[in-house]
Amino acid sequence: MQLIPCPYCGPREEAEFHYGGQAHIAYPQTPQELSDFEWAQYVFFRDNPKGPFAERWHHAAGCRRWFRAVRDTATHELLAVYRQDQPRPEVVR
Amino acid sequence: MTRLASGGRIDRATDLHFTFDGVDYVGHPGDTLASALLANGVHRVAGSIKLGRPRGIMAAGVEDANALVQVDAPFPEPMVLATTLELYEGLVAHGLSGQGRLADDPDPARYDAMHAHCDVLVVGAGPAGLTAALTAARAGARVVLVDDQSEAGGSLLGIEEGHNDWVSAVVAELRANPEVRVLQRTSAFGYYDDGFVLALERRTETTTSLARQRIWRIRAQQVIFATGAHERPIVFADNDRPGIMLAGAARTYLHRYGVLPGRNVVVFTTNDSAYAAAADLAEAGAAVTLVDARDGSLVTGTTGGDHIAGVEITDTAGNVEVVECDLLLVSGGWNPTVHLYSQARGKLRYDEAVGAFLPDIDPRAVRVAGAAAGVFSLQACLAQGVAASVGALAEQGLVGSPPELPVAAGGADARPPLVLWAVAAGDNAAKFVDLQRDATVADVLQATGAGLVSVEHVKRYTTIGTAHDQGKTSGVIASGIVAEALGVDIASLGTTTFRPPYTSVSFAALAGRDRGDNFDPVRVTALHSWHVEHGALFENVGQWKRPWYYPQGDEDLDAAVLRECAATRTSVGMMDGSTLGKINVQGADAGELLDRLYTNLMSTLKVGFIRYGAMCGMDGMIIDDGTVTRVSETEFVLTTTTGNAAKILEWMEEFLQTEWPELDVSLTSVTEHWVTIPLVGPRSRDVLAAVAPDLDVSNDAFGFMTWRDATVAGVSARVCRISFSGELAYEVNVVAWDGLMVWQALYDAGQPYGLTPYGTETMHVLRAEKGYPIIGQDTDGGQTPQDLGMDWLVSKKKVDFIGKRSFARAENLRPDRKQLVGLLPVDGDVVLAEGAQLIATDDDALLPVPMLGHVTSSYRSAALGRSFALALLRSGRDRVGETLYAWNEGHVTAVTVTDSVLFDKEGARLDG
Repeated sequence: MQLIPCPYCGPREEAEFHYGGQAHIAYPQTPQELSDFEWAQYVFFRDNPKGPFAERWHHAAGCRRWFRAVRDTATHELLAVYRQDQPRPEVVR
Repeated sequence: MTRLASGGRIDRATDLHFTFDGVDYVGHPGDTLASALLANGVHRVAGSIKLGRPRGIMAAGVEDANALVQVDAPFPEPMVLATTLELYEGLVAHGLSGQGRLADDPDPARYDAMHAHCDVLVVGAGPAGLTAALTAARAGARVVLVDDQSEAGGSLLGIEEGHNDWVSAVVAELRANPEVRVLQRTSAFGYYDDGFVLALERRTETTTSLARQRIWRIRAQQVIFATGAHERPIVFADNDRPGIMLAGAARTYLHRYGVLPGRNVVVFTTNDSAYAAAADLAEAGAAVTLVDARDGSLVTGTTGGDHIAGVEITDTAGNVEVVECDLLLVSGGWNPTVHLYSQARGKLRYDEAVGAFLPDIDPRAVRVAGAAAGVFSLQACLAQGVAASVGALAEQGLVGSPPELPVAAGGADARPPLVLWAVAAGDNAAKFVDLQRDATVADVLQATGAGLVSVEHVKRYTTIGTAHDQGKTSGVIASGIVAEALGVDIASLGTTTFRPPYTSVSFAALAGRDRGDNFDPVRVTALHSWHVEHGALFENVGQWKRPWYYPQGDEDLDAAVLRECAATRTSVGMMDGSTLGKINVQGADAGELLDRLYTNLMSTLKVGFIRYGAMCGMDGMIIDDGTVTRVSETEFVLTTTTGNAAKILEWMEEFLQTEWPELDVSLTSVTEHWVTIPLVGPRSRDVLAAVAPDLDVSNDAFGFMTWRDATVAGVSARVCRISFSGELAYEVNVVAWDGLMVWQALYDAGQPYGLTPYGTETMHVLRAEKGYPIIGQDTDGGQTPQDLGMDWLVSKKKVDFIGKRSFARAENLRPDRKQLVGLLPVDGDVVLAEGAQLIATDDDALLPVPMLGHVTSSYRSAALGRSFALALLRSGRDRVGETLYAWNEGHVTAVTVTDSVLFDKEGARLDG
């Protein structure tokens, strides 16, 4: 049971959180102008790196706020957490 | 009797009566079942699982690969180790050949969960664990000390100079410290990230006033594993007979339990540690023959039946001598107990001198001390516990200082140990590596001969290490034999992965109180008591209990639903709709948010009006539908399907927070706030008028898809003209507190019209007759609004909304997509099975044929006087009028494809 440091609540058990997939993928400004390929890339395709990965998390059973985290997908270590309105921080492993 | 007249940590003054394999015996408090059996001269526990070879007690703790028993009384429990089962009065057990049987009856015992948080968790109350805990406690840390034995001491319990006074003093000091929790009989069985350790506490077998077992969920800032070491056997021919035992185990039986497990003893060893066992047993009166592999002598075989009778010893010159004995002690060295450390992602290295894998690189906030770290002298273990604790405390900003330590005898070994996995001589098929699995050296060589080069693959091929003991004695030996067979370095080969649980844990313990009625929360509406009183049967919808139907007399489901449907369509019915998800949406941008999420326009809805709407996912597939009520310019109430309430609230919150934080909108779940009562049928207007005399219920004053605030049965209500049946209907919403009173008032007012309460089944039939789909029943996450024939629900005015772009994807424009249609079985008495596949032929000779779709909803209809169904069908709307066939529970049934609306197509009944 990992501890996830919610930027609003502090460290809480992972069971309180929902995973929200890759972060920093904004809803397109003008979806109707995208090709089928471009739209499919937005809807269905995500990165799957081994190592640091910027993700969305939701503190569903806590403050119910969405936030972002950089997590090492190989070790599950959370390298940084940050609010929606903050840029992705530089992380040093 | 092999029980000695004195000695040991048992209470000879008290007898405990127990039965094993049908024979009555007596033991004492302090005994395990294994020690009590040995005290009564019983070595054989059971036959082995595949070969039926007699097997006995080989260890004195969790590492035993043999001594599995089934407890028969007081309550059946399978797969219990005799070496860890504390004896109690009235125990009845029998030996197991590897497979047990769960009880047929519910377990009467209670199980519970406990939570603990600490600065330092110490696992193991042996010498290293005790000094670690003592150092941490004196530094002011919050400490939890868990130990799987009935008393602290660890390896000290099994040697003559046990430093009992020192152990007692340390334990007393720890127990007196309010910041320290000492948990005996508590097995830490898993490490699960960030200092989270689960442990099983065994509390009682004989009373029901205590929870029998508790799972401790311990969150520690720092963890110290002082988990000791397991003695390693040596593999040789016929090494599996009862009476063959680990040397250290015999020492434990002697000193802790006052049992001399043999009087004519051979000791086969590769290291100095077994000499202590030999000396102790000799002092207790046994005749001892030593076979030290370092001198070139090897045990190459054994004789005997249900008990060992002799040992075949081969010397360096190849001379063979058979020595009679009743006990063969074996020591192949010691494996540090690194299971939990490894679960915590501690890195191991192979140590050639020890012949075992030792902790190497500690993970964050984890340390290991004592024999678990490969340190075997008592003095070093004591010191290392202190050192580990000081290090852990420093990370917590605390300063630890060494306590006074007892002076321990002994030190470094006189001679270095020899690493010997298996004796070369003898029949490989009789050299057992994993005794519980009956897996031998021959099996390992068959695996490597088949080309397997990974110990993980060899494990799965041979099953070595997959039994209850998870390879505690066999795992490293198997790696060693594989390494020798392949001619590779065992260090590069490594071990199989150590996974939780370290020792067996029953599901009952893991479930704790979360079983039976407490397994999952049950949600009931404010009207539940009325439904119960009126004989409703309930169905589970998510966590909700919803009335399914209200049988009268000996009605079955079909009869009750036909009656409820007929009553509703011809007069009036009502149901409990309170479980509908309800979300209050407020703010200046509330309409804008709904426009972006629903496929149709919501911002244009006028105050006082209601609109049906649907939401789609990003992929254009319908995820939910419901009504949107505009309460004011800045307030809406929307409904969701019962099962989707939480999901849709989360979906809306997600967009509000992540994509459009600039929108001024607040969302609140108000599901439980309202009791919702659909009043349905041509006489519903009369019933409502009777209880709401101030409300103008005429169609002109109160039209379809509008709402009014009104006084109903004397209390404030919001009444909505919406219909999920095609009938004239009102939905009466009142504060939950008033719900039961209003429901009763409506019921009473409806009696002149035969008002009939109906459940979810009737609701389903009524809506299906009208072709209204249920999201999640008639859809499976793969249907667009267009697939459901709801093009009219998709706004053409809006530039964008969630899902819109996906409607134009080529895949979603295919003419052969599955579309919602109605089906009429040619034989109107046949009710199709939901899920039945649709095909184009009834000719068996043509099978297999493409499946064209499937039945999603299927009922018998009172209004239609026949059965009908809804289905998702390829190119369905183009097939209306065609005859197809449903593969219906083994029979082919002809069906006619129809429009999805089967009743009152023109909608003439909506206004009454």
